[in-house]
Amino acid sequence: MSFFTEFGRYLLMLKGMFSRPENGKMYWKEFMHQCSELGIGSLGIVVIISVFMGAVSTLQTAYQLVSPFIPLSTIAQIVRDTVILEFSPTLVCIVLAGVVGSKIASELGNMRVSEQIDALEIMGINTKTYLILPKLLAAIVVIPMLVVISGCLGIWGGRLAGTLTGILSGAAFDKGLHQYFKPYNVFFALAKAYTFAFIISSIPAYYGYYVQGGALEIGRASTRSVVVSCILVLFADYLLAALLLPSAGS
Amino acid sequence: MIEVKNIRKGFGDKVVINDVSAVFQTGKCNLIIGTSGSGKTVLMKCLVGLFEPDSGEICYDGQNFSEMSGEQRKELRRSIGMLFQGSALFDSMTVEQNVMFPLDMFTKDSYAEKLKRVNEVLARVNLKDANKKFPAEISGGMKKRVGIARAIVLNPKYLFCDEPNSGLDPQTSLLIDKLIKEITTEFNITTVVNTHDMNSVMEIGDNIIYMYQGLKEWEGSNKEIIFSKSQRLNDFIFASEFLQEAKEMRILEMKGKIDKDGNIK
Repeated sequence: MSFFTEFGRYLLMLKGMFSRPENGKMYWKEFMHQCSELGIGSLGIVVIISVFMGAVSTLQTAYQLVSPFIPLSTIAQIVRDTVILEFSPTLVCIVLAGVVGSKIASELGNMRVSEQIDALEIMGINTKTYLILPKLLAAIVVIPMLVVISGCLGIWGGRLAGTLTGILSGAAFDKGLHQYFKPYNVFFALAKAYTFAFIISSIPAYYGYYVQGGALEIGRASTRSVVVSCILVLFADYLLAALLLPSAGS
Repeated sequence: MIEVKNIRKGFGDKVVINDVSAVFQTGKCNLIIGTSGSGKTVLMKCLVGLFEPDSGEICYDGQNFSEMSGEQRKELRRSIGMLFQGSALFDSMTVEQNVMFPLDMFTKDSYAEKLKRVNEVLARVNLKDANKKFPAEISGGMKKRVGIARAIVLNPKYLFCDEPNSGLDPQTSLLIDKLIKEITTEFNITTVVNTHDMNSVMEIGDNIIYMYQGLKEWEGSNKEIIFSKSQRLNDFIFASEFLQEAKEMRILEMKGKIDKDGNIK
């Protein structure tokens, strides 16, 4: 299947999601269920990644800043900005593309192969609206929250590593955190989080929904969805940086 | 009543159904039989709207399905129940939740009313004490019965069964056949069964369509099939020597030349 055929089918799938729900209460229930599945289900891995990501950032920044003319609080500034600008939104979303993406693709793929999607269609339910839309909305709601949690934990992990290893004191780290802070960076991180959330939920949904065959094809669709999602996340990451960061775009 | 007029469906260059016309009558078990790859599943998927036919008409009680809008199709589908080959039960839901799902989606009944209806249909398919079990915890025959319960919970006008006996032992197959037949008569619905099970053909086939390479090769009832002159149909239905002999004995019995114990009069 050519790229344009696949892309056209992907757009038609997105268009097909927007129809009047047969029963709003059931859709709300499904949305809440997905929020819990995607959010609570991914929280553990997000916590672990974030803490270690921040901790390693502190150690590596300290290793590279050897000049005595640079104050130690600069380490905290660098850790803060790298965590907020890049690590939390991008790294966490790439990991979530694996965790959430493979889950969505395999769940929908299994439903397709075992005729559960056909069963819903025959009942008169718009399966794109019922199965894909709640997942997409849940991802858009929950993933930015996870990114915010990840940012906080990343910075905390950095502080913890800095104080435990004696690189810098807690007070010096806190001082650095407040220096030259740009609230725009948080906006930029959230813009990335929303964009990535859309990518890592809609791409696997597409691959899972249109799977044909059996267990082997579900596995392939799941792998393919993760690979494509990761590539698109990186591509969107560059594009957003070029568009939204004033100095990067000029 | 479902009327199929000159329906044709192909995939790429391959024509899977070629100019098939048929009438599926209300209150009767209409069977579509044929070897694997004969086009019976595609025909059924065209009937329920999962595949769009390339040409021809499908009319549900006079309403042309092909000309219906999306909303009209949705409405019609609410009067359709379908039992899938693999039962297609929702893995994450219990038996009770599976059967209750169409009620949750399309009715505004209270939970107590819905539960009452669920228990009624589960009792109708002889399934008790399985409400809280998940599909993975029940047998193939039970899954089929849950599938039937889910298909009839909204009192459908049309019931479609795709190979209801596949993977079941002969005794359970007969139970499922009996159940389908009873439900069809009891609720006066139009039932279309897609099968290649010999027992089903002889037990419940009020109206049988035999498909061969996308064409309708033969049409008749289970009473008539035994006298069919179609060699292909005979080879398909009475495939083994044992079945051929049983068929000849049955013909002799029907002609009054032997008694029920097989003794020549």
